[in-house]
Amino acid sequence: MLDFLKALFKPAPSSGETAKERLRLVLLSDHLSLAPDVIESLKRDLLAVISRYVEFDSANADVTFEQREREVAMLASVPITAVRERPKPSPDLLFALEPSSWPVRENGAEPVSGQLLGSDELAAESGPEPAPEREPEMAAESRAEEAPLELAVATVPKPKPARSGNAAGTRRRRRKKYAAATNAAKAKHPHPQQLGGQASAQA
Amino acid sequence: MRAFDSPAVELDPIPEPAVVRGRAIVITSGKGGVGKTTTTANIGAALAAMGKRVVLVDADVGLRNLDIVLGLESRVKYHVLDVLEEKVTLEEALVRDKRSDNLFLLAAAQTREKEDVVTAQMKALIERLRESFEYVLIDCPAGIEMGFKNAVAGAGHAIIVCTPEVSAVRDADRVVGLLPNSWRPELIINRLRPQLVKKGKMLSVDDVNGILRLPLLGVIADEPGVIVASNKGEPLALDPASETGAAYRAIAAKLAGETVAAPAVLVAPSGGFLSRIGSFFGGRA
Repeated sequence: MLDFLKALFKPAPSSGETAKERLRLVLLSDHLSLAPDVIESLKRDLLAVISRYVEFDSANADVTFEQREREVAMLASVPITAVRERPKPSPDLLFALEPSSWPVRENGAEPVSGQLLGSDELAAESGPEPAPEREPEMAAESRAEEAPLELAVATVPKPKPARSGNAAGTRRRRRKKYAAATNAAKAKHPHPQQLGGQASAQA
Repeated sequence: MRAFDSPAVELDPIPEPAVVRGRAIVITSGKGGVGKTTTTANIGAALAAMGKRVVLVDADVGLRNLDIVLGLESRVKYHVLDVLEEKVTLEEALVRDKRSDNLFLLAAAQTREKEDVVTAQMKALIERLRESFEYVLIDCPAGIEMGFKNAVAGAGHAIIVCTPEVSAVRDADRVVGLLPNSWRPELIINRLRPQLVKKGKMLSVDDVNGILRLPLLGVIADEPGVIVASNKGEPLALDPASETGAAYRAIAAKLAGETVAAPAVLVAPSGGFLSRIGSFFGGRA
């Protein structure tokens, strides 16, 4: 009964408070010219970078934005618990600092590192041994999912023919209701439209 | 944005003893419907009642309303575009207020578009008005497009009108960013409901100005008298019995450089927030 009463009288946030918080967030986004989800990505990536050099209490780590006079300041509060013995900057992160040097890979070459934006992977990485080898497409895909940044698009390697065949198959299955004759035609001539189809499915 | 470029260092203008060189102030907000026109009319009427020579310029071409709020709609014969296009002289287009010899209106064209106004011409017109009037108050249209640019072009100062709503504060913030960097716009918070603020159901003065961080010129409560005054075309600032009118008179006095009881008294977000807002402003210097 007491709990019920407590629940009944528990002060919900007033609409004034809600307005205040909405206003804070919308202006933050306005001033930075960044979409809210990009701000979230920025926070996550920043912590991922820090985790390469130091161990920290991730439960109490926070990145906040504060409105100063006419600009926004980004403040990171990261309680450091230990320093990693051998910090190792990711080559991809160095590329990220200078967009003109972003690699444009040809012929399905391996990316320099598959560790750019996978914060979970970075957090898990404690020893000096390199991260497990991953198939290039997988790495590129996971980046695109986790952080929709242009960088991820720039490092997508050219798809291998076998893969585009698979993608075409998926596409065909999706469009099962269309005429079987069309399917047969597509199977005979899988390129190049199906490559385009795969790209749009990925994006 | 060329029109808003201003020198980094502002030099004192060379004094010209023969002419007035009044202040041109634009009343703007970004968002529509927050009370720019009512604010313009009331500050203008209050300044005129103080003995200042005032002209109100309606820059809302196509949607003019300042004449209605002032109750002067039947007197308007010509408008700002007639002047800019040299169909009539400036003196012919100015409408004298029926209550005050110090107050004039330059109406906007109702059947024209904002794009018809050439920014440089508007700027030159405001310059001319500054030679005859101590205050040139420009009622800016909503938005941040051509009409806004024309309204701001001739001004040297801005008053931002903002209601305690998320959308209005956001737009006000945007507009402040579009004004010249050297300006220090002043803020009027309009339509505040002290009772709602007290209950935590409305953004407080502190909440709004914690974001905008502008010098606070005044706070106007949301009260039925404003609508009644608009119905009648009688600015509340001229009603000695109205507390809101007193608030407008205090704003005008502050704008004119007189010492007025600080509106900071009003900003306590909870508790001690008296509903009799006007009384704080009543103590005119």
